[in-house]
Amino acid sequence: MKKGLKAGLMAMALTASLASVQAMAAGVIKVGVLHSLSGTMAISESTLKDTVLMLIKEQNAKGGLLGKKIEPVVVDPASNWPLFAEKAKELLEKDKVSAIFGCWTSVSRKSVLPVVEHDDGILFYPVQWEGEESSKNVFYTGATPNQQAIPAINYLLSKEGGSVKRFALIGTDYVYPRTTNKILEAYLKSKGIKSSDIMVKYTPFGYSDWQTIVSEVKKFGSQGEKTAVVSTINGDANVPFYKELANQGIKAEDIPVVAFSVGEQELSGMDTKPLVGHLAAWNYFMSDDTRANEKFIKEWHKYIGNDKRVTNDPMEATYIGFHMWVKAVQKAGTTDPDAVRKALIGITVPNLSGGYATMMPNHMITKPVQIGEIQSDGQFSVVWQTRGEVAGDAWSDYLPGSKDLIADWRAPMECGHFNVKTGKCTGEKKK
Amino acid sequence: MNNRGWLALLLGVILSTAAASAWSDDFTTLATQLKSRDFNTKQQTIEALAKINDPRVLTIFKAMMGGQLFYNEDNSQPYLESEKNGERQFTSVLTGKQAEGMDPFSFHRVVVNNYLRGILRDHLAGLELSSPDEGLRLKAARQMLDDPEPDDMPRIGKALERETSPKVHRVLVLAQDLIRLQKDDSAVRLAAIAGLEGQLEPDVKDALVQLVGPDGKGGSEKDPKVRAAAWSALQGINTRLWWNGIFQNVYFGVSLGAVLLLAAVGLAITFGVMGVINMAHGEMIMLGAYTTYMVQQIWPGLIEYSVFIAIPLAFCVSGLVGVLLERLVIRHLYGRPLETLLATFGVSLALQQAVRTIFSPLNRSVITPDWMSGSFAVNGALSLTWNRLYIIIFALLVLLVLSVVLRKTQFGLQMRAVTQNRRMANSMGIRAGWVDALTFGLGSGIAGIAGVALSQLTNVGPNLGQDYIVDSFMVVVFGGVGNLMGTFFGAMTLGIANKLLEPFSGAVLAKIVVLVFIILFIQKRPRGLFALKGRAIED
Repeated sequence: MKKGLKAGLMAMALTASLASVQAMAAGVIKVGVLHSLSGTMAISESTLKDTVLMLIKEQNAKGGLLGKKIEPVVVDPASNWPLFAEKAKELLEKDKVSAIFGCWTSVSRKSVLPVVEHDDGILFYPVQWEGEESSKNVFYTGATPNQQAIPAINYLLSKEGGSVKRFALIGTDYVYPRTTNKILEAYLKSKGIKSSDIMVKYTPFGYSDWQTIVSEVKKFGSQGEKTAVVSTINGDANVPFYKELANQGIKAEDIPVVAFSVGEQELSGMDTKPLVGHLAAWNYFMSDDTRANEKFIKEWHKYIGNDKRVTNDPMEATYIGFHMWVKAVQKAGTTDPDAVRKALIGITVPNLSGGYATMMPNHMITKPVQIGEIQSDGQFSVVWQTRGEVAGDAWSDYLPGSKDLIADWRAPMECGHFNVKTGKCTGEKKK
Repeated sequence: MNNRGWLALLLGVILSTAAASAWSDDFTTLATQLKSRDFNTKQQTIEALAKINDPRVLTIFKAMMGGQLFYNEDNSQPYLESEKNGERQFTSVLTGKQAEGMDPFSFHRVVVNNYLRGILRDHLAGLELSSPDEGLRLKAARQMLDDPEPDDMPRIGKALERETSPKVHRVLVLAQDLIRLQKDDSAVRLAAIAGLEGQLEPDVKDALVQLVGPDGKGGSEKDPKVRAAAWSALQGINTRLWWNGIFQNVYFGVSLGAVLLLAAVGLAITFGVMGVINMAHGEMIMLGAYTTYMVQQIWPGLIEYSVFIAIPLAFCVSGLVGVLLERLVIRHLYGRPLETLLATFGVSLALQQAVRTIFSPLNRSVITPDWMSGSFAVNGALSLTWNRLYIIIFALLVLLVLSVVLRKTQFGLQMRAVTQNRRMANSMGIRAGWVDALTFGLGSGIAGIAGVALSQLTNVGPNLGQDYIVDSFMVVVFGGVGNLMGTFFGAMTLGIANKLLEPFSGAVLAKIVVLVFIILFIQKRPRGLFALKGRAIED
């Protein structure tokens, strides 16, 4: 009986599509999802896991990939950096996944890096990051500093942004804020801002006692010149920071704060009253008024079963990364990592803000940069955006150690660390 | 600025001059121009509107500031958005009538950026100087200080004539003096400087620094007499600011100390008095914070009172969890500190994951009641934030009530008896087991109350407790185990030390320095600041 039913189903499927039955016989394409589902980073990363699962479901509904179904392999690295490497190894060696979508913090990426390079896998990394890295095996769909921080500074320097003359760079003490602030300091100085007009402050993770720093910002900002705060404060510490700002009477018109880590999702856990008017720089906002975005939000709400859930920039980066991978596999006609990697360069897919994202030879993508003002409903209204897309820069042009470096993974260079002055590839090269 | 920018500006200027001359009284035409997507055009329109004497200008400006100004895409007219019974309503600015039968999707917000908001605020300040509300007038007067212009002089003079509030009066006089500083007559400038002496508003200091430079050399002032006066005024202000800074840092320290005290005082009972190493203490705080969140969800109309409702509830919730924890787990582990540590650590992870499952891993937003927002201005340079001020008072109250409970009540007596000599207390007819459970419940309940206070300062999320557990143990160990006064002095010392160090060393280093200090201190005095003396402590 059971066999008969199976045969009947097979026959039905056969009538539907011969190719798909062959594919079922041929098996599935496995995709690894490496996002923390427990621990401190679960707050941000679990959403990306759901995004990947939704995208896979959609792709499967469209008939899968190369006639095969895509099967997600979800693992939980539990916000534990060494565990990220272990889980990545498990995904690549035991489950033999064709690609991994994962990581959030830069440390987790650095921890996974040797594994994907050793096992020759493909990792899509969807979060804004500090740059200064380019790996043959990693595709960075999040923003580099020149796609987020530098344009935001340009906005602040412009008349529209208030012609800011003094900058307070405040961040959490880890690699992303430190590197970003180093680049920004160099950039600001190249724009003629004096070092006495730049204030840099770091705080521990999860910092909640902002009184001293906010009062220093207030003092720094009340010396006659227009002042802005550039914040690389990590997620959780933001709520007490903005609360303290509001309580000490600092308004967005006096001293605007531009944040690189505050998005729709972070705002959903905050009382937004004190934040209205402060700024954030991203490559995508949920409020982007395009058809593709509307469709994405609708599908997300349907998938997650809650129409109050927000979308955010790393979700868009995941969306872009997934579609790029699908297109590259289709172009290569195989999931063999070497072929897919080659096919990925030059792939162009539509993004959610009405433009296109192209994978560059340095494994970064092109992105539009938008500045949004926080509204009382926890959304952003875009007040400024770049004309067209900006290409990601793996090595910053403003740091002395990296301004001569470029990355290009096309043959014949195939190098992520090429010094244009000496003409030598100093970093890792294709083995 | 690039060529395009200049062109836009030029165009804007032409437009605005045209606007000022041809349509100067035509409110309607200008108001319909606000729908423009270009911020430059919008700015010109605002400037032109500000010149019109029409009460509706104030309405429009206020609505723009608040993000309630909309325009209709069909007739381009401005509308005010309001909400009634959960539905959006639009009222025409031009006619004052409510829009009926119009598609709500045909209304779009007039987007304002910070630059425009600044301009709007300047104009609003001028318009609001005659407001009947004292608070608004004070704000408007402060705004005048920001950008003192000779054009404002007649307006300020008029406002001064009818001003009754001494606070607003003082600020207006300051604004006048600041404008007089720009006058050519040095006698006028000298008189203005005399008026500015001892005023701590940052704008005053800026103006003086402009005259003589930050160090008394340089600056724009030529007359040596005026220079001398300005320099001495500036020095006076600097001295007072220095004292202000010291006071402010101590206040910050006390407020950090109060937070530490609140977080640690529950632990002072469970760990200090009972000797239980309770790693789940932080989660008791977290439960209290989530109780506040729940209270705000259940009674959304009572946000202003939510904290008061939450305090007893949080005490009950955390206290109950504490009693259960003691009865089910800790009771079996007395005298085995390592096992207790591991068991309570397990419980803390379980509680965190439970909260993640029930409420989602995302942080929850707890609204701060209005009476806890903002700050209280002591003088022009120093203001104390209300939420910190209340928390200091609250922490002291909790400490006071707790010490009364421990010293003056039957339960407190039994508790002390059990902890000092369990067998003797047992033979005297005290049910030691129940006293243990209630003591643990009391400690946990107080942690819950701390959670209510912390929900006003920081994130309410599953990790809230972890951020405070280490600090709490630090305070209790440093202050001296088993001593409430020790906890109080421990918390205050650590708070103030941290905040006095921070301006010099930065937040990260300050924390490390304090930790190193505690390690050294514990080496020297292993029992902390206030060690208990006597036989009971020896075993």
